[in-house]
Amino acid sequence: MILDEKTCTVAEAVAKIRSGDRIMVGGFGNSGYPEELVDAVTESALKDLTIISNDLGSPGIGLGRFLINGQVKALIGNYYNWNPDVAAAKNAGAIAVTLVPQGTFAEGIRAAGVGIPAFYAAAGVGTDLAAGKKTAQFDGREYVLERAIHADVALVRAYKADRRGNLVYYKTARNFNPLMAMAARLTIAEVDEIVPVGELDPECIVTPHLFVDNVVLKVKP
Amino acid sequence: MTDLVPNEQVKTRIARRIAHEFMSQRRRMFINLGVGTPTLVANYIRDEIIFLQAENGMLGVGSRATGDQVDPLLINAGREPVTETPGCCYFDSATSFGMIRGGHIDATVIGAFEVDETGNIANWIIPNGRQLGVGGAMDLVAGARQVVVAMPHTSSNGKPKLVRTCSLPVTGYHEADLVVTELGVFRFRDQRMVLTEIAPEIDVAGLKTVTEADFEVDPGLRPMPV
Repeated sequence: MILDEKTCTVAEAVAKIRSGDRIMVGGFGNSGYPEELVDAVTESALKDLTIISNDLGSPGIGLGRFLINGQVKALIGNYYNWNPDVAAAKNAGAIAVTLVPQGTFAEGIRAAGVGIPAFYAAAGVGTDLAAGKKTAQFDGREYVLERAIHADVALVRAYKADRRGNLVYYKTARNFNPLMAMAARLTIAEVDEIVPVGELDPECIVTPHLFVDNVVLKVKP
Repeated sequence: MTDLVPNEQVKTRIARRIAHEFMSQRRRMFINLGVGTPTLVANYIRDEIIFLQAENGMLGVGSRATGDQVDPLLINAGREPVTETPGCCYFDSATSFGMIRGGHIDATVIGAFEVDETGNIANWIIPNGRQLGVGGAMDLVAGARQVVVAMPHTSSNGKPKLVRTCSLPVTGYHEADLVVTELGVFRFRDQRMVLTEIAPEIDVAGLKTVTEADFEVDPGLRPMPV
């Protein structure tokens, strides 16, 4: 086996995840999320997970499956109106939900990936979502202090990977995936195609391979 | 809603007026459109120097995709399938909100439950426990250079949506710049609401009966094009 070989099976990749982990999952709506990795986690015995994602898909579909078998302890994200199961589970006391404005959510994930512990943003100043957060004035405007959002594992979806783990994306399926790939201790990418090293145009690589630990091939249509 | 303007005309009238607002500026503009009535604005923009941005990571959003054009991995922020335009580009969500937060987006068009007379906007949640989401609303109202609110003048049960003080949780304080309803156009100047255009179906006295917010009338008040 070559030392920089990162490809593995979905089962091998998911075996690295532990109960209680904070897991970031890329995607927006039901578009551009790592479908086979999500399926494998929902079919596993993993529990007490914190899922960090834009939304939670639709009821029973996509990331919505995480809720069905009670594997989730907490959610961190920004838009759960597409999946009313989330509000129901929160109201029943089954899960904790932290809402973060979408741009702050994206930047918080990026910040974690690039070693910035906290940053100021104007979004949400004075609103319910800034309650309890520190604020400061800069140049006459008030900002909220926001923390970086870290994770144990990132499950991301890309279009192509080379065997070293360089990633390119496809249309709006890019969304949070490149940010999450930087922000977790373990990054697993699910891709439509794996090509030999040297085949991807170096000018077009979006996620450099050092951020990626494993690559799995999406085989289901 | 008031019955002054037929229901089916309310949204198109608002969308047309907002499209006109942008096109009349005759300059390159980058616009983010929210979900619902704001999306309709795209149908009336006939200008190659106006570029639509979707916060899920696309600049140069084309028309809604139909039939064979539909690609489930090419959507707008309302999860609707869309098409590409020549020269469009894709980027991650942090870059997308960097455009918004960094002041590179000229305007956002959003819907709202309430706007109050100081320009406070409530559009992210009705606290009934059934919904749980903010999306990019707070980032957009804080970051876009101009915040345009597209909404019917009154709610479905006839209550004014232009209010003295927002009763619902606020999305952003003093962020509204322009409100377009089917009955008029209001601009915020130094946190004061000013009526600048009025629809042909109503006069100022009539408008005050369906508007809870106090507003001033611009000396150059004009008829709203419909």
